[in-house]
Amino acid sequence: MSKTKIEDINRNIYDIKNKDEYEFKIEKGLTPDIIKEISKQKDEPDWMRDFRLKALEVYNKLDLPTWGPDISELNMNDIATYVKPKSKLNSSWDDVPEDIKNTFDKLGIPEAEKESLAGVGAQYDSEVVYHSMKEELIKQGVIYTDMETAVRKYPGIVKEHFMKCVPIYDHKFVALHGAVWSGGSFVYVPEGVKVDIPLQSYFRLNSPEAGQFEHTLIIVNEGASLHFIEGCSAPKYNKVNLHAGCVELYVKDNAHLRYSTIENWSKNMLNLNTKKALVGKNASMEWVSGSFGSKVSMLYPMSILNGEGAKTEFTGISFAGKGQNLDNGFKVVHNAPNTSSVVNSKSISKDGGKCTYRALTRINEQAKKSKGMVSCESLMLDDISISDTIPVNDVRTDDAEFSHEAKIGKISDKAIFYLMSRGMSEEDAKAMIVRGFAYPISKELPVEYAVEMNNLINLELEGAIG
Amino acid sequence: MNNNLLEIKDLYVNAEEKEILKGMNLKINKGEIHVIMGPNGSGKSTTANAILNNPSYKKTNGTITFEGEDITNSKTDEIARKGIFMSFQLPEEIPGVSVTNFLKYAKNKVTGKPVKIFEFKNELKKYMEELNMNPSYMERSLNVGFSGGEKKKNEILQLLVLNPKLAILDETDSGLDVDAIKTVSKGIEMFKNKKNAVLIITHNTKILSNLKPDYVHVLVDGKIVKTGDYKLAKEIEENGYSKYRN
Repeated sequence: MSKTKIEDINRNIYDIKNKDEYEFKIEKGLTPDIIKEISKQKDEPDWMRDFRLKALEVYNKLDLPTWGPDISELNMNDIATYVKPKSKLNSSWDDVPEDIKNTFDKLGIPEAEKESLAGVGAQYDSEVVYHSMKEELIKQGVIYTDMETAVRKYPGIVKEHFMKCVPIYDHKFVALHGAVWSGGSFVYVPEGVKVDIPLQSYFRLNSPEAGQFEHTLIIVNEGASLHFIEGCSAPKYNKVNLHAGCVELYVKDNAHLRYSTIENWSKNMLNLNTKKALVGKNASMEWVSGSFGSKVSMLYPMSILNGEGAKTEFTGISFAGKGQNLDNGFKVVHNAPNTSSVVNSKSISKDGGKCTYRALTRINEQAKKSKGMVSCESLMLDDISISDTIPVNDVRTDDAEFSHEAKIGKISDKAIFYLMSRGMSEEDAKAMIVRGFAYPISKELPVEYAVEMNNLINLELEGAIG
Repeated sequence: MNNNLLEIKDLYVNAEEKEILKGMNLKINKGEIHVIMGPNGSGKSTTANAILNNPSYKKTNGTITFEGEDITNSKTDEIARKGIFMSFQLPEEIPGVSVTNFLKYAKNKVTGKPVKIFEFKNELKKYMEELNMNPSYMERSLNVGFSGGEKKKNEILQLLVLNPKLAILDETDSGLDVDAIKTVSKGIEMFKNKKNAVLIITHNTKILSNLKPDYVHVLVDGKIVKTGDYKLAKEIEENGYSKYRN
């Protein structure tokens, strides 16, 4: 069979770069003085400033991870950590500056909002510049704001939860995040409130050498429910870019949270994002995750099932093209009886791209009658691409069920011939097979995001080669 | 007026380094039903795959023309778009692609025209009813978890929707019960008209009791050794192929 070329995802609409216009840009490199300046600039309370300084200390003490993909090219001194856009927080689209608006326009944010979205918190560089929320949610007592505002307006709640789920000692990049975090979303859903429309935040990077360290803190109280969607894409630059965001999710007893995300970084980005959820009694936590773009990705969302009957489900897909190394997976710890976890992970690699599924399932001794189920499937589109599975399964009680299933395969010539015999070109046939492979994930996403994912794997793949 | 659709001349084909077809000749005109019968390994499926130019089968000699055009080395999808359809012996499973979406896409590719979804779904429903297929299959992943019979009916559904000029049915009747064979025959009758043609590849005659072939060819060791009418099929049913083997 002749060799087929499936083009890279068309990144034109994601790689829009604005003029480097910033009113304030911090010096390169990290010192306590810089951290203090960040804190001062944000007009933060002393406790947050002290927290940042503590995190910097931890950061300086910890070593880089010795496992996983090579990230030695990373030079922290080269990365400006804080870039403040020209505009202040706006509540109306009309107030957003023109060039920023153009970028967002091309990403379709206002259209998306017009649809069924309850609120948009779009982060431009390091600060949220656009934010709106439907009246209804405010009436129900739902708080949805940017993280900086939350620190000032809701210090009690923030102090109680901020980096308690993901402690700064977890690893070096979390410590770094604690020191320099900027922007991100804060959501607080009061007891029993069911938010029936998904909340969405959209952020992207737009500065050479700027790292992005947004912090997402979501608290879904007892019996409440929420679907939160986070998406990111970044314009392309030549220098190494680092993304070390942090997501902390608190799912209290009987609560439900679905957290959907599409990470779509430019091909020079190191994506070292940390995400964790604490799940209470009879609560459920669902992750839907699409990982695209970036040069290196180390992404392992984690659910800790602390309450009896807690459930978690992870549905994720990674797509690695030329020069990409996506080391993704999911971690779950069963800490209570009758807890359950279901993992469905898929990966696609082509043009020498590498996808690794690295995961942990731990069922602790007290987690009697718990169930864990992992299924991962990889599809390689050619002979030079790489796919790997590194699961760690640690079951510490006999009274639990665990299953793990892994399938690694190459796109089938017979299937391609079958589709070609129905009039589709070889490229169309491959695209259809890839679309079908990804469908179990795309169907979990709301329409707007399924469309973005379609832009990434379906339509763009098809368009680029059709 | 030239009625010729397909013409195979002196065709030699290798599959997995082994010579399977050894000087095959075949001519099919509009309005005709042809049957190729032959024992296992005689080259029946190789003939079908060679016509569609499956890259796993290598042609070493000979030509295939369709409506006077040389398609010996054309790509499979181009051949399909010219109007040749093959019903697979073992249809592939494509997870995550629904029967509706697949067929809508295929129809668009084959006709080169946009497909109107409402009309298309009605057409699909109508054909599925005729083929005794459960309408819920429309939204199911293509062939995934289908029984053998359902897969074959789904092939005939595709035949009806794509409406080619030449339909090649590769062992479509194999492994089917009497009722399923009747349904499949009914589908072929619905398809058949004076302007198109059918090539049935089979190793038994059950399907032929419902369809009236114009020509029956006996394929042994990569060559057509005998051509006749319907009576030849009957004769083979009674006596087998031993008479035609060397």
